[in-house]
Amino acid sequence: MKPAERLKIPPTSMPEQDPKERIHNVREVPLGYTPEMAMVEAQRCLQCKTPFCIEGCPVGIDIPGFIRAIEQGDFSEGVRVLKQKNLLPAVCGRVCPQEEQCQAVCVIGKAKKDPTKAVMIGKLEMFLADWEREQGELAIPPEVKKTGKKVAVVGGGPAGLTVAGDLIKYGHDVTVYEAFHKAGGVLVYGIPEFRLPKAIVQSEVDYLEKLGVKFRYNFIVGKTAPVAKIVDENDAVFIGTGAGLPRFMRVEGENLLGVLSANEYLTRANLMKAYSFPQSDTPIAKGRTVITVGGGNVAMDCARTALRMGAERSLIVYRRAEKQMPARLEEVHHAKEEGVEFHLLNNPVRLIGNDKGWITGAELIRMELGKPDASGRRRPIAIEGSEYVMETDILIVAIGNSPNPLVPSSYPELDVTSWGGVIVNEVTGQTSVPGVFAGGDIVLGAATVILAMGHGRRAARAMNLYLSSGRWTDLEDGLELCRAEVR
Amino acid sequence: MHRILYKETLGPDVTLYRLYAPDVAAYRKPGQFVLIRICDEGERIPITLADVDRDEGSITLIIQSVGKTTLKLAQMEVGDSIPDIAGPLGKATHIEKVGHVLCVGGGIGTAPLYPVAKGMKDIGNKVTSILGARSENLLILEDRMRAVSDKVVITTDDGSKGKKGLVTDAISELVEQGEKFDQCICMGPPIMMKFVCLLTKKLGIPTVVSLNPIMVDGTGMCGGCRVTVGGKTKFACVDGPEFDGHEVDFDEMMARLNTYKIDERISLDRYSDETGCRLEASLKGGAK
Repeated sequence: MKPAERLKIPPTSMPEQDPKERIHNVREVPLGYTPEMAMVEAQRCLQCKTPFCIEGCPVGIDIPGFIRAIEQGDFSEGVRVLKQKNLLPAVCGRVCPQEEQCQAVCVIGKAKKDPTKAVMIGKLEMFLADWEREQGELAIPPEVKKTGKKVAVVGGGPAGLTVAGDLIKYGHDVTVYEAFHKAGGVLVYGIPEFRLPKAIVQSEVDYLEKLGVKFRYNFIVGKTAPVAKIVDENDAVFIGTGAGLPRFMRVEGENLLGVLSANEYLTRANLMKAYSFPQSDTPIAKGRTVITVGGGNVAMDCARTALRMGAERSLIVYRRAEKQMPARLEEVHHAKEEGVEFHLLNNPVRLIGNDKGWITGAELIRMELGKPDASGRRRPIAIEGSEYVMETDILIVAIGNSPNPLVPSSYPELDVTSWGGVIVNEVTGQTSVPGVFAGGDIVLGAATVILAMGHGRRAARAMNLYLSSGRWTDLEDGLELCRAEVR
Repeated sequence: MHRILYKETLGPDVTLYRLYAPDVAAYRKPGQFVLIRICDEGERIPITLADVDRDEGSITLIIQSVGKTTLKLAQMEVGDSIPDIAGPLGKATHIEKVGHVLCVGGGIGTAPLYPVAKGMKDIGNKVTSILGARSENLLILEDRMRAVSDKVVITTDDGSKGKKGLVTDAISELVEQGEKFDQCICMGPPIMMKFVCLLTKKLGIPTVVSLNPIMVDGTGMCGGCRVTVGGKTKFACVDGPEFDGHEVDFDEMMARLNTYKIDERISLDRYSDETGCRLEASLKGGAK
């Protein structure tokens, strides 16, 4: 097929549950490509000689490689190519912000002047991963020679699971310490079922277990055992405890009943399955009107969850405009389809309650956009005297998370930034303590699943070199050396 | 899995459990708590640790059945297991030699109070304890508290044991008799802690309370356990559970405990209807 013909093929849209129906269930919204759809979509890829998409991917997946295999109908080859670089493709296909990464630099998207019209890389990735899972038993790679080195991974989220998967393949003895009763971190407590079915995460965790990774649940490193003990008893440690410290707005009335952090709301709904209360035992605050404050993916998740919990009105209140919203385009699109109302350029200044202490409304102030701030986005400025009250039964604060202080605060040897992020060498993930590495949101603050996995991947490579060479200083140069040898 | 090694009924709806949990026992300090989940679809509930036995690898929890989870747990027997115990969580009690310590326990609050009283006694403090309950059969751990106290005063609302009245009456009486306290530690129902704190503030006795608000994760992640202490928002799970009682906004805390009251009732009634198990309090018509 000639490039001009490929360019003419329109993007293949993925079938989805009808918005009117799906707000009454928690089943996944996109229904997946059929093999035929995937093969048509794969034809749109130009197989560029210099594939920018690979550079756009934080873990450097050979994107044209797996797409070529799909086009040829060789799905198992596609899976093989995909899994060389990405251990959790079923997850990433669903939650990566592709329009800012691989699809942002796709030549097709550039030609159409719209990254949403680029090759649907994420959807093809999701197709392959789902296809593999539906084949039944995942192939277990042949057992590698054991090195006898012990590794502890603290936190079973995206970064930690990636490290565990890589290091077990190098032959090390890996144990993941997880604070909750299930592994997956934000993939199980945060991201809703309708966006990422928990069975998918569980099958990835099961796969790691089959590879030999050990999981210790309900184990809070820093509490159940001192961090120093874990460090002493292992040859290397990876800290991936995430951004589990919810930010609040610090406005009057924030401790009223019915005001919750996004973390609490989503953890109840997802990990604790409050959507099936009272069959499950964990309740969740419900109301006819639910306001979610924030403009990121987490805010969209909350607003859409509220609809599924029976809210008649679900509102997003965000202090900037739509263009500045950090959420994935698809999440905003899905939220709008489902009837979430967007009250942009508004910000709460005060929350109002009744005599029982329950929230009844939020006083909002209108905002306008000024000059760009440090983040490059136009700074929101309050319009004085524009305050008004919006009634609500529930208000969810989804304005971000900071690194979880539990490990750093109980282990002062670990150097952290002024905002609590663990300081690491960006190439290797090495911390201030020899043998201890870190990555993901505990380093970045609240970022994305794929960036955490990228961190995990780089740290695992460096940890493997450290474990085999014992070298700590200039470990980065050693990695360069390895790369040079491969070339 | 965590096997129930021992179980004893201490009073109506009040049960002592010794559970196999060597990881939790290993580094636990007085004042800390655990989050337990008793079945697959279960909720996570915070319970303050009453004791540990490192040789046996066990922890002791004393739990009052008030809702579905705690009632269902009470139906379990020695040999049964629960899937999840996470902890120990929270900060440990600051135990130091201050002189004369007043320990005030209300109802089930005596359970978490015991290890703290013992710690205070062991380090060389004089310990006076006041144990209060609605009625004699709701008093727990009296013998244990006597073993670690120089003096014990019992009060009951109905006068069925000790002095008839409230723990605050007993505190006032002791002070009037000339007792001087350097520190008060108070654990029990929020309303009792509130009034003890109002009194000890007036009397100038520094007071530590242990709070038990609604929690999900217990690691500072959800913020459901927000309490206002000294005008600032704190997370009871990681900043507490113990706080300066004179700084705690008890009214806000008590209101927040009601967040899921209706749902808790639905869950309990549904369980009772399905299984025929009911709270003793409800059998006596004590509950609404």
